[in-house]
Amino acid sequence: MLEGKSALVTGASRGIGRAIALELAKNGAKVAVNYAGSEQKANEVVEEIKKNGGEAFAIQANVSSDADVKDMVKQVIDTFGSLDILVNNAGITRDNLLMRMKEEEFDEVIQTNLKGVFLTTKAVTRQMMRQKSGRIINIASIVGVSGNAGQANYVAAKAGVIGLTKTTAKELATRNVLVNAVAPGFITTDMTDKLPEEAKESMLSMIPLNRLGNPEDIARVVRFLASDDANYMTGQTLHVDGGMVM
Amino acid sequence: MADVFERVKKVIVDRLDVDESKVTMEASFKDDLEADSLDVVELVMELEDEFDMEISDEEAEKISTVGDAVNYINSIQ
Ligand SMILES: NC(=O)c1ccc[n+]([C@@H]2O[C@H](COP(=O)([O-])OP(=O)(O)OC[C@H]3O[C@@H](n4cnc5c(N)ncnc54)[C@H](OP(=O)(O)O)[C@@H]3O)[C@@H](O)[C@H]2O)c1
Repeated sequence: MLEGKSALVTGASRGIGRAIALELAKNGAKVAVNYAGSEQKANEVVEEIKKNGGEAFAIQANVSSDADVKDMVKQVIDTFGSLDILVNNAGITRDNLLMRMKEEEFDEVIQTNLKGVFLTTKAVTRQMMRQKSGRIINIASIVGVSGNAGQANYVAAKAGVIGLTKTTAKELATRNVLVNAVAPGFITTDMTDKLPEEAKESMLSMIPLNRLGNPEDIARVVRFLASDDANYMTGQTLHVDGGMVM
Repeated sequence: MADVFERVKKVIVDRLDVDESKVTMEASFKDDLEADSLDVVELVMELEDEFDMEISDEEAEKISTVGDAVNYINSIQ
């Protein structure tokens, strides 16, 4: 499905990004596995891809650093010779009630979750415009659509990502670079493992499909958006949340 | 090697699909050659390839006419 394509997945050492990297590779794409600090975890993802006959390498970069991002994108293009798919997945949470939220908590989340998407998108644009083809898939969040108490920073960043997705889609449409977002609901990863049990219970009661999602539920939708099956879609945000927000 | 203007002209004619006679030193990309901002960004990228050089974003923003591009390239080479 993605044979001959090359992909960069940010934050692919763990959780959803890891599942996306594995899914794209399983479908034939060469994958650059980005991470911030978890070198070993990233190497494990690369090993798993290679074990299954795929091509991949791990690359460290902090997505909120312009210099890091530029180096990373250059290295991916030098290694693979092209860059067809970018998945902006890296993200963090620093939850707190608005009243208690510190300026640093707000800034940190915006830097990684929103500015990181801007920097990485900007860095790949030149290559994709040259190729006259490309796919950018941004991992937003359903709370970027609905709002969520305790996550003012995160929600602002994710709503920002949805807006950025639409604008990038409009700017790059004539160059056949398609830009879409996926808004996951409640997915079991390290990010959500740290939530208290009551919070998980109350989340579950809001999910019509009555189960938490797993990273593969998101990865398969990303694979669809990266494929030729999604040729006529751009600027959209797909809710993959078990029906939480309709 | 053809002179810089001729090479720039060829890139423009190929890329923007305009009549050669319209491509003068004074011609403005946006007003005379019907290029949108993205066309200009792409043209700059093609000129980088043609002349094997890098044009920074700051310099690229100053390029609005064919002459601007030719003069910039001449000043570097
Ligand atoms: N889990 C959910 O329920 C859920 C719901 C909606 C949206 N999302 C979104 O889905 C994405 C992935 O979430 P997840 O649950 O898989 O998170 P996770 O398990 O905590 O993994 C986060 C990943 O992002 C990387 N990362 C963090 N900061 C980075 C930076 N500055 N530069 C580069 N990489 C960085 C981490 O790398 P290291 O391992 O090196 O730290 C890790 O690979 C995030 O954008 C998140 O907001 C998740």
